[in-house]
Amino acid sequence: MMRPTQSTDLKKIANLRLTPNQVPYVLLAPFILLFLIFGLFPLCFSLFLAFQTWEPTSGLATMQFVGLENFIFTLEDEWFWKSLQNTFWLALVSGLPQHLIAIPLACVIHASFKRTRNAVVGAYFLPYITSTVAIAMMFSTLFSTDYGLINQALSLVSQLPFVGELFPNQATDWLGRAQNIKPAIATVVFWRYVGFNTVLYLAALQTIPKYMYEAATMDGANRWQQFWYITLPNLKPMIYFGVTLSLIGGLQLFEEPFILTNGTGGTDQSGMTTAMYMYRTAFEFNDFGTASALSWLLFLCVALLTWLTNCAFKSRGGSA
Amino acid sequence: MIMLLLGQRFAQAQNVITVAAYPAVDSIVKSALPAWKKTHPNVEVKIISRAYADHHTAMTTALATSSEPPDVMVLEYSYVARFATGGGLEDLGSSAYGLQNHDGKFVPFALQQAMSPKGQWVAVPADIGPGTLLYRKDLLEKAGLEESNLTRSWDSYISAGLTLKKHTGAYLIAHARDIKDLIIRSKGKPTEGLYFDSQNKVLVDSDRFVKAFELAKQIRDNKLDAKVASWSNEWAEGFRRGHVATQMSGAWLAGHLNNWLAPATTGMWRAAQLPENTWAAWGGSFYAIPKGAKNKKLAWELIQLMTLDPAQQLSAFKSQDAFPALISVHDDPFLQQPIEFLGGQKARLLWRESARNIQATQVHKLDPFAEEVVNTELDKVLDQGKDIRLALKDAQKLLERRARR
Repeated sequence: MMRPTQSTDLKKIANLRLTPNQVPYVLLAPFILLFLIFGLFPLCFSLFLAFQTWEPTSGLATMQFVGLENFIFTLEDEWFWKSLQNTFWLALVSGLPQHLIAIPLACVIHASFKRTRNAVVGAYFLPYITSTVAIAMMFSTLFSTDYGLINQALSLVSQLPFVGELFPNQATDWLGRAQNIKPAIATVVFWRYVGFNTVLYLAALQTIPKYMYEAATMDGANRWQQFWYITLPNLKPMIYFGVTLSLIGGLQLFEEPFILTNGTGGTDQSGMTTAMYMYRTAFEFNDFGTASALSWLLFLCVALLTWLTNCAFKSRGGSA
Repeated sequence: MIMLLLGQRFAQAQNVITVAAYPAVDSIVKSALPAWKKTHPNVEVKIISRAYADHHTAMTTALATSSEPPDVMVLEYSYVARFATGGGLEDLGSSAYGLQNHDGKFVPFALQQAMSPKGQWVAVPADIGPGTLLYRKDLLEKAGLEESNLTRSWDSYISAGLTLKKHTGAYLIAHARDIKDLIIRSKGKPTEGLYFDSQNKVLVDSDRFVKAFELAKQIRDNKLDAKVASWSNEWAEGFRRGHVATQMSGAWLAGHLNNWLAPATTGMWRAAQLPENTWAAWGGSFYAIPKGAKNKKLAWELIQLMTLDPAQQLSAFKSQDAFPALISVHDDPFLQQPIEFLGGQKARLLWRESARNIQATQVHKLDPFAEEVVNTELDKVLDQGKDIRLALKDAQKLLERRARR
């Protein structure tokens, strides 16, 4: 047998070397591979499932094509519309105050806190990075009817003279009564995300040049006018970004209501969001086809509303 | 040499069987391993343990994709029928297994529960949850009541609740829904399921649902329920503080109360049969073999050890309060022993009677959805004063729509 010469060895190595054209693909390969497996495949599979009926415990072979049946069924399903109403209510009531409070809060922190600023921002940001399960469990303890701190505090306040009459003197059933569940969930969601939005707005505030405020002061503008005519217009791109995130997150709300209502949506399902209904349809009611159809309908809602938000922000200022 | 090593490894790999289980069945299997090793010294048993809900989700996925299912699958009562309709489990009544040879050995309702609509035995019962009424004897005495006041009839149960509330301030029951659940379970005809009959007809507007809703409403209107859901913190706290006087449940709840829910209330509780001689079951565990399992023969041998061996059944009863599905164990002296938590009562004899009287109910694949629909309408009746007939009619409509698919 002949040993290959040194020059052929080198040639072989040279052949292995990547050409500049190949480099991006090779470097991107790990991401693309993971994306294909965990991103694109489930997406396509769920779209495929949305047109099938399937008893999951019989194996993959038992799927049957049913056309648009799952979509039609879902659109005629009163529980789907109920869950959608719940979702919109929660997204609005928990989402809007997040921004209405985060903007002034960010301004106050920006203007007034110097040395302790990071600590204050950190305190507001903490709920965002805490595990949802821990948060929801803590709040279900706080909301407890007979033993919860919230009701105990309310009963103390209700015994005060004058203001006491404004508060209920009977224990409120926060997570058991249909009309109380949504406000309770919205409170938790608001508490959790207000800090995140504050950080967004703080970052935006830092980019507004100081000279604009100095010029305004020279022109005799008061603080309110400065806020209204300088701060707010300059925050607009960040408001657009924040509102879009809140909208998408709010419409996909799952964890907080799931844990606070023990996975059921609570009395009269008044805390059952569409994402929860989707999960239950698949894993509790064993109907993966309808659940997939539901998820695509929810996606359409999210896409539509995001587009409308985009239009709303564009139409007034010309660009978002 | 390498071939030899590989061969050995291969042989070993063949001799591992996997069991997927949830607590506390995982501990029961684990404690049976020494006995298993005596007859199968070369076969390892690998126990995969997951939390209750995760376990059943994982089993659904394992059957859906048929990828690497465990050799032995433990299933809880409510899931057995759902999995049975799917056809992903082995027919244990076939000649390869021969469960039919052991027909008379199990509590009848449990074995019947494991039968698929096509008449196949897809699982073997291991333990059952005979229903019982646990009550606080000290609170009853304080109110001048006796056990018969609770059990004679549903009306006397409710009037006992009023007396209890007046004298002790304690609630009769944790949630009015619990009564509804029991009545719809116990008053059905043997040929009917809970919510559907065998012809797929919805039964929700029948008399037993009306009766169940009426009683639940009576309880709520008289403020006799604490409005707390089972297994919540408040539920446990209610037992600890003596705020709830009775609880209807599987016999195993006495063990949970003793071990962690309310150990300080030892001696204050007693067990009775359910009111109006009602017989019902709460939960229970079954063993099954998925069609995709690799070691079916060994799996069946392990299942036989767990379900047909009196010694194993008894040890699970002693250590985990798992009431045996195997009838021969029911005559063991252990059943005659007094239970300290229940003030020395020989309650296991009560539970044995209950176990023998329970009827199996036909299960429908839409049962979980139907339960949710009925609970929702009950909420509307209890909280918003919706008319009972109208509520049941609405439930009927919603279920008929699903059943038509």
